[in-house]
Amino acid sequence: MHHLIVDNVAKTYGETRALKGVSLAVEKGELFGLIGPDGAGKTTLLRSICTLLVPDSGSITVAGLDISRDVPAIRAILGYMPQRFSLYQDLSVAQNLRFFADLFQVPKHERPERLARLYHFSRLEPFKSRLAGNLSGGMKQKLALSCALIHTPEILVLDEPTFGVDPVSRQEFWEILHQIRAGGTTIVVSTAYMDEADQCDRIALFFEGEIAAMGSPAAVKGAFPYRVYRLSGTALQDLKTFLEGQPEVRGIQLFGDALHVSFSEKPSPETWREWARRGGFPGLRWEEISPSIEDVFLAHMAGETA
Amino acid sequence: MNEIAVQTQNLTRRFGKFTAVDRLTITVSRGEIFGFLGANGAGKTTAIRMLCGLLLPSEGEATVAGFDVYKSSEAIKKNIGYMSQRFSLYDDLTISENIDFFGGVYGLSPALIEERKEALIEQVGLGDFRKRLTRDLPLGFKQRLALGSAMLHDPPIIFLDEPTSGVDPRARREFWSIINELAAAGKTVFVTTHFMDEAEYCHRVSIMRAGKLIALDSPGKLKESYGRNNMQDVFVALVNDEDPRPEEQL
Ligand SMILES: Nc1ncnc2c1ncn2[C@@H]1O[C@H](COP(=O)(O)OP(=O)(O)OP(=O)(O)O)[C@@H](O)[C@H]1O
Ligand SMILES: [Mg+2]
Repeated sequence: MHHLIVDNVAKTYGETRALKGVSLAVEKGELFGLIGPDGAGKTTLLRSICTLLVPDSGSITVAGLDISRDVPAIRAILGYMPQRFSLYQDLSVAQNLRFFADLFQVPKHERPERLARLYHFSRLEPFKSRLAGNLSGGMKQKLALSCALIHTPEILVLDEPTFGVDPVSRQEFWEILHQIRAGGTTIVVSTAYMDEADQCDRIALFFEGEIAAMGSPAAVKGAFPYRVYRLSGTALQDLKTFLEGQPEVRGIQLFGDALHVSFSEKPSPETWREWARRGGFPGLRWEEISPSIEDVFLAHMAGETA
Repeated sequence: MNEIAVQTQNLTRRFGKFTAVDRLTITVSRGEIFGFLGANGAGKTTAIRMLCGLLLPSEGEATVAGFDVYKSSEAIKKNIGYMSQRFSLYDDLTISENIDFFGGVYGLSPALIEERKEALIEQVGLGDFRKRLTRDLPLGFKQRLALGSAMLHDPPIIFLDEPTSGVDPRARREFWSIINELAAAGKTVFVTTHFMDEAEYCHRVSIMRAGKLIALDSPGKLKESYGRNNMQDVFVALVNDEDPRPEEQL
């Protein structure tokens, strides 16, 4: 059953066409990710789903309710965490959590377990009595997330929830999302972290107000038309310059201490050895890898797969 | 300029009983890209604010561009650029007005501001946007504009606090190529990030935990000493769960 249906939604701000006719459908209990560069239209779509913004055309239904007619009914079943969520800076960590638990009418007997789970993820328990205004940037973000997750709505909409959150807490945050989803909640989440895309059941890649690719992370990666190699063991900048001059190369991207290079066809071992010799890269190591979402994303942005 | 850009000795900052930065000792050389990593709340922003002359230390010593953080915070501000964790741009000013504002803060003459503004707008690729409100800019542009504004006075040292948080993979790579150019031109770059692939792009990486420095080396050496293949795994191994400070001090 589709819990959320977005049908041909368009929205223009002045001259900017934020959404150019976007359609998607999310199943009940699905964890759906919106992946895309800033300004691609993710926030506009999420705000529309939450009844905070009226699209110029197209329709959106949430649990069968129409966003333009059934605003109170949708708000009653939907939880939303905006991109820059403000807490009460002059309340402590614990007071903020209690405030939101009261606001969302979380039954008293359910609170200890929820708080324990959220404190485990956020590591904020030792800082319970600190004022929110005195927390670090990432701690504030984690408190905001905890406040958003203190109740379990039917559908949860999170706009870049892990902004500024450290790698360890990000992992734990996604574990919580999986638990919430296992309880039947539908989750729509946007992110700029490509590794988080892999945690979703399905994703939509957004570019300039349109969906460029949609499906399970495996399907989106599987549709990538090129073979990808991971190259390391030599001066990467020189290697990049050298490979840019090779006609077989479709794309080159820096990934930490390695280059990812894509080809229409797999180069032969002789070709690799020849490149290492001709370019003067005696330590060059190459291995074929399966493309990551980040490879797919970067190729889309560079227009390599258009 | 001095070959040492930043030097600290037991630099400490307390808030009440809580020690946010605990005896930090580091030396950063001119032209270095110095990565400053740590879990949320480890003390990175607090340390940077002390080094930028914005927050007084409780104890310890620090010099930035040769100036003492206790005595010469004004001289420090002229010699550094600082891009704060939530970019320090005014959303309700246009691009052009933001640059004028920062030029004024750094005491540049109107003629010099005009000249550098043109260069900056060109460099960031903002030509078509100059009269637009900053709030309407995509984050990747905002972030490059914030960097440019923080560097209008051409300082030798720049502090970047999470410059790439929330930024997409392409914009992050573009931003890092600017960082590399700056370092190649002799600027010292002090940068924090929660993206572990970016740690690989630093010359040296320090990792803080609960206010203390717990590791400092090149990414290659760190991976080797901790027997991990990537910085993500090094980070996760080092920054383990519990805050080691006794509860009464939190
Ligand atoms: N004014 C203050 N009063 C009390 N505690 C403070 C104050 N400012 C900062 N702290 C505390 O100091 C610690 C370090 O904060 P800091 O902002 O330096 O962390 P950070 O490493 O930059 O973290 P993040 O990755 O989340 O940005 C945190 O526990 C924070 O709550
Ligand atoms: Mg910080």
